[in-house]
Amino acid sequence: MIRFTEVSKRYSNGHEALSRISLHLPAGDMAFLTGHSGAGKSTLMKLVALIERPTNGQVIINGQNLAKVKRGGIPCYRRNMGIIFQDHRLLFDRTVFDNVALPLIIAGHGRKEIGRLVRAALDKVGLLSKEKVYPITLSGGEQQRVGIARAVIHKPSLLLADEPTGNLDPDLSREIMHLFEEFNRVGVTVLIASHDLDLIRELKKPIIKLEQGYLAHHGDIDAEGAGSGLGDRSIHG
Amino acid sequence: MAILMPKVLEVDWGIGQSMARDLDKDMMLNPSDRGGRRSTRRGISLKALLNNYLLRHIQTFFYTLGQLSARPFSTFMTAAVIGIALSMPAGLNLLLNNAQEVLQGWSSATQISLFLTHKTSERQAKKVASALRKMPEIAAVEYISKESALEEFSKHSGFGEALDALEHNPLPAVLLITPEISQEQPDQIAALLDKLAKRSEVDIAQLDMEWVERLFALMAIGERGVLILSGLLAIAVLLVVGNTIRLAIQNRRDEIIIIKLIGATDSFIRRPFLYTGFWYGLLGGLIALVLVEISLTLIATPVRDVALLYRSTFELQGIDSQTLAALLGVGSFLGYFGSWIAVGRHLREIEPS
Repeated sequence: MIRFTEVSKRYSNGHEALSRISLHLPAGDMAFLTGHSGAGKSTLMKLVALIERPTNGQVIINGQNLAKVKRGGIPCYRRNMGIIFQDHRLLFDRTVFDNVALPLIIAGHGRKEIGRLVRAALDKVGLLSKEKVYPITLSGGEQQRVGIARAVIHKPSLLLADEPTGNLDPDLSREIMHLFEEFNRVGVTVLIASHDLDLIRELKKPIIKLEQGYLAHHGDIDAEGAGSGLGDRSIHG
Repeated sequence: MAILMPKVLEVDWGIGQSMARDLDKDMMLNPSDRGGRRSTRRGISLKALLNNYLLRHIQTFFYTLGQLSARPFSTFMTAAVIGIALSMPAGLNLLLNNAQEVLQGWSSATQISLFLTHKTSERQAKKVASALRKMPEIAAVEYISKESALEEFSKHSGFGEALDALEHNPLPAVLLITPEISQEQPDQIAALLDKLAKRSEVDIAQLDMEWVERLFALMAIGERGVLILSGLLAIAVLLVVGNTIRLAIQNRRDEIIIIKLIGATDSFIRRPFLYTGFWYGLLGGLIALVLVEISLTLIATPVRDVALLYRSTFELQGIDSQTLAALLGVGSFLGYFGSWIAVGRHLREIEPS
């Protein structure tokens, strides 16, 4: 699903955020992207979401070489993924229902179908009773769940989450992570950037660890100690 | 015009259940949707897509109107600037048209003076006059004899005594011809003039229309002036709308970034701004209409007074349906176009980072 080959990203200010990253996350997998802040997690996510383009190397998502996706093709490309942000990025002048419906409206779905899918998604994240409420009245955890409902409503094949539990207490974080696990169980590929190592350990999913732009470890959480070098330890080849 | 649609305000980019429900119920716009499950999530049928697309447009159309009416004061200010800019060329054009109307009346009162040769006797002259009266192009013929011409000249010129010293009357007899009103076209009058000049009794045939021609030439300058003014004010409207839309885009920067991340196309993001521009232009056109009508009412009375002094029953012509359509059409087009320019310039700059 996600394949990086010798990918580097250097920003115009000269800072090299990613250096020769090669990794592979097969379809249907779930993995955590970890590392200190500034290690390149966000940059890697941005490359996948086509917010940034690599300076060198090749990114292939779902069999599609991103270098071949032109500006006009980006909206269509993004419709195949769901993105979850640390700051939720909800539209506060619209109801929960309207927020969650956004991806479907953009894709041009019919009204009835939208109603059905939105309620199904809200039910899934446990917010069915809040559909007419404005997001500002919700707690942080609830807002994040609205964000998740919006990210999965159109049943994307890839789910990206950038520090989804960054502002949440441990219990809420665990709840959110389990939600991701559930989506993964039905076949969605999930990549979560997080530094909540305790929680990651609990979930026993493979991790991709970045250190100062280099891939430090790629594999099981238990083997992390061994992966302190700079090489590519991809277990998936 | 400000139809308040509070329900509409919940939605954006045509987003929202409430509006969709209303529209669907009221207009039955989305029949293919009634099948619901027929359209699967990845493969939405083309017909459904088209229907949904149309529905979105209509939703956005009314949504933007609702948004504007939610901020009536600022909307009115922008629309008023556009209205004033549009009312100036529209009003001036209307005045020019009225002036042309008046001139048409005068040019039909154009007269041709036929100065007869000295050899022509009074009897012959009267015969010519009655022959000319029978011509269909001619409405009236007035005969002015040598004597009455002299009398009139000495009375008005102040050369009376000098003329008395002359042995014989130097003035020719004159036939004053009034062409038929239907012969208003300058070339038709010129043809008549030619025809009359060829008669043997006629020495000189002269058209008393030069002053009308001069006036028409002045009017042409006026018309050109109005055209230039219209062009400049059209640019002003584009700038006003462009600036308003630019601010609207800046205000909704975060929102635009979010929906770009969700996969919104440029045209989807552009749509509400284009419709907003359209509404501004249309409202501006309506305000211009009101301003012009008010101005016309204000000058109608003095114009009637002047007309009365000239023993004319002339009345100012108001805005006809053609001008009305032009005003509203140009207004909404300029609004749409101004917005299109602004959106094209600024939307590209807003990218998620």
